[in-house]
Parts: sequence; C-alpha cells; structure tokens
Amino acid sequence: MGVESPIPAIPNPSMTAAGNILQVTNLGVRLDYIPILEDVNFHVRKGTTLAVVGPNGAGKTTLFRVLLDLVPHTGVIEWSGPIRVGYVPQHFVVTDIPLTVREFFGFKAKVGYEDSLAAVGLERAILRKRLDVISGGEMQRVLIAWAILDRPNVLLFDEPTATVDIGSEDLVYEGLNRLERDTGITVLLITHDIHVVSHYSDSVLALNRTVRFFGAPSRLSEPDLLMEIFGSGSALATHKHELVTRGLR
Amino acid sequence: MTEAVLYSLVAGIFVGFAAGYIGSLMVLKRMALVGDALSHVALPGLALGILFNFNPFVGAFAFLFAAAVLTWYVETTTRIFPDAIVGVLFVTGLAVGILLTPEVDLLEALFGDITTVTLVDALLAIGISVPTVLASRLVYRRVVLSMLSDELARSTGVNVAAVNFVYLFLVTVVVAVGIKIVGTILVGALVVVPAAAMKNVSRSLSAYALSSGVTGIASAGSGILLASYLGLPAGPLVVMVGTVIFAGALVARRITT
Repeated sequence: MGVESPIPAIPNPSMTAAGNILQVTNLGVRLDYIPILEDVNFHVRKGTTLAVVGPNGAGKTTLFRVLLDLVPHTGVIEWSGPIRVGYVPQHFVVTDIPLTVREFFGFKAKVGYEDSLAAVGLERAILRKRLDVISGGEMQRVLIAWAILDRPNVLLFDEPTATVDIGSEDLVYEGLNRLERDTGITVLLITHDIHVVSHYSDSVLALNRTVRFFGAPSRLSEPDLLMEIFGSGSALATHKHELVTRGLR
Repeated sequence: MTEAVLYSLVAGIFVGFAAGYIGSLMVLKRMALVGDALSHVALPGLALGILFNFNPFVGAFAFLFAAAVLTWYVETTTRIFPDAIVGVLFVTGLAVGILLTPEVDLLEALFGDITTVTLVDALLAIGISVPTVLASRLVYRRVVLSMLSDELARSTGVNVAAVNFVYLFLVTVVVAVGIKIVGTILVGALVVVPAAAMKNVSRSLSAYALSSGVTGIASAGSGILLASYLGLPAGPLVVMVGTVIFAGALVARRITT
C-alpha cells in the first residue's frame, strides 16, 4: 500500500466497542482460486456513511456480498449488536413477471409504503404498476424505497443512483442523509461519483483488491492518491450537476 | 357417469388446481421443461409398484423425491444448471422405467387411465393437493423474491437454499399425484400449460397464481369429462383443453396490448 492509511493494518479490537457498528478484519475472498479481496481492514461508525470506491473489478460488489453472507470468505466480519440490513443491488432486471410494486413491497412489509415512496420522490400511484413496465429510474427508486421499508439500521447501496435522472439523484442522497440524521441509520454505498463521496459520506474506503485508502473523503482530492487508487486510466466521475453547469450535457 | 369417472373428476379438480398453482412458480422460474422432464423420472417407481404390488404412487414419489434432492444438491453445490442434471435424470428414468414396466401396464403408466381411478385414489388426491397448495402459499413470495435476486432475498432473512428445496419438494408431490390422471408423459403439461396461459393475461402475482390454479381445474375437469363422453384417453384431452386456453390467452394479450 503506497498511501498512508489512517487505520492500522490490524485494527485495535477496542475500537469495535467504541461506536463502530461494523469491524472488518483481514478479510479475504477467492473465487475459483483467484484472489478478489485480500487483507481488507476497515470499520464503520454507527450512524455514518461510508463510500466505497475503486475501479471496475476492484471487489466492491464482492465486499457487499460478503457482508450479506453470500460469499465464502476468510477473516472476521463483526457487526455490533443485532442488525437489519437493507440492500439495493447494482443490477435488478424484471422481465415479463406479473408482479406489482405493491406486491413487491409486500414481500418485506405490510405498512409504511407511502413514507418510503415519499423519501425517494415517488407517487403512491406507482404501487399499482407492474415492475416490468416501470422505467429504469423508477425501478432504482422503487428498490431504494423497498430497502428502507422496514426501517433497517444498515443500508448497503451498490451504485444506487446509476440509472436515476439528475434531479432525482440529489433527492435520493438528501433523503438518505435525512434518514441517517433522523434514525441513526448507517449507510455503506458504492459509487463512482466524487460529488457523492465528498458531499454525502463521512469516510471513504478505496479498494482495488486490497485497501488503497481508508479515511476522510477530503483526501480524495489529492492527485497522487487518485493515481494510487485508480491508476492512470480512470478516475472518479464528476457529478452530473457540475457537467450541466458547464454546458456539457 | 361411472364411479371411476366421478372419482377422476374429483381428483382432477384438486390435482388440477395444485398443479396450476405450483406450475405458476415453475413458469416464473423458467423451469417449465424441468418439471416436464422430472415427471419422467417417476416411471421406474411406478414400474416397481406394479411389479411388487405396492401403490405405484409411493414408488413414483420416492423416485421423484430422490431426483429432486439430487437436482437441488447439484444446483446449490455446483455451477451446473438444473436443467442439465434433470435432462440426464429424465432419459435415464425413462429408459429404466420402460425396461422395468410390464408391457401391458406401460400405456397406463405413460398416459394415465381414468377408468382405474378409485375412491382411495380420489381421497389421496384431495389429501395431498390441499396441503400442497397451502404449503406453496406459505413459500410462494419467498420463492419469487429469491428468483428475482439472491441478495435481496438474503437481506430479508430468506434462506434461499431451504426455500428452493421446499419448492422442489412440492413440485415432486404434485407431479406424483398428477401422474394418475394424465400419466408420466403428459403430467408436465398439467403443471405448465395453465400457468403459461395465465401469465399472458395477469396484472398481478396473486391474480396469476390463482388464475393458474383455476385454469388447471378447467383443463383437468373438461378433459376428463370429454374423455368420458368421447371414450378417449383423458391425458391428451386435458392437455388439449389447456392448449386451447393458452391460445385464447395469447389472443387476449394481443388484443389488450
């Protein structure tokens, strides 16, 4: 690791007790003998937002799958106390299934549909629509509303606004921050948007098979650090709003 | 109407609903042909029942259950798609079954025979179909959610492997009980055709599941009555009625969209 990380390689166990909801120690994942994640160490403080960044194939989604206990791994995942996880996947395609939004919500909860829909800027009327006829942006917001339906204490968001239009994107993140303030919810989100990292997250974890950086989002403005995380070929995207103001969209 | 036809009708109505209801999940999971192939695995069990004088349903169910467990195990522990392993089981089951089944009984085993349905068969059909539908109703939403996304299902505490196992078990039960009505060759159609038809016209999941079951009743009931009236085998007529409903649903979908 060429960049100094604010956490030691093996975290102090006493940190887990002091307000951390999640402590990951020496995490490793191999798929078909190929290392996907190696010696990953980080923690998340309760009621904060951790942005996970890194180039494609860095192991970000695999990390979430490990946290959902879907992937065999080595190392230790420690959650503090009982947790209820809400998850928004990166890809979710529904084709030719007669399933309404209301029925989809019913998979998880019986009440609270309106509050969740309002948090992502959707009208109540969408409850009557079939999932396979709504637009990609509506689908993403429905998924977010679904994730927060049963008031989870941890949210995992895998590029939650990748297909959401510009106006709705800030609405989603502001809604998330409000939720975080009001309920003390902890958010882990994968993003490629520097605006999201700097405006809506409290800490950032940069992955590229191993941890390349873990610390304050403000550090991501350093060119050397970006080079270390992403290499010379790619970087975090500029927020769509900034592109609009420059007349590029 | 003879007693045998009456018993067939009663059995057909209950099995038809159960088959249609479970079939609605199979069609959603794109396992329509898996269900069809799985049914053929029952043939060696039927043959053993006939040869050794025990209820062929028990033999059929034992073989189907073993095949379902094997399919589930391979699906959850390897990257082999279930249709591949079921494909192997299907041809093996059919080959062994044809070798074992006495020639005189082969036709009944393959295509069913409503003239031999007894009161015990009808009661067995009711006793198995009702709990099967109730159990399906309990796992229905969890099966659909795990089909949509493993991750979403796991995030809500669904044990995806267990749910899939229960679902496969219910498929084997309904296939085993349906064999008496339409035989091993056509029971797959009893399961799949009603659901395939109703998927074209349903606006919600609950309407789809219920209408698939009702279409199963319509197919089985009409097919059995037609068979009794025309003196033809019931299995093919049950399937033909289902196919007509499927065609009607396709036309309805074209008109409404």
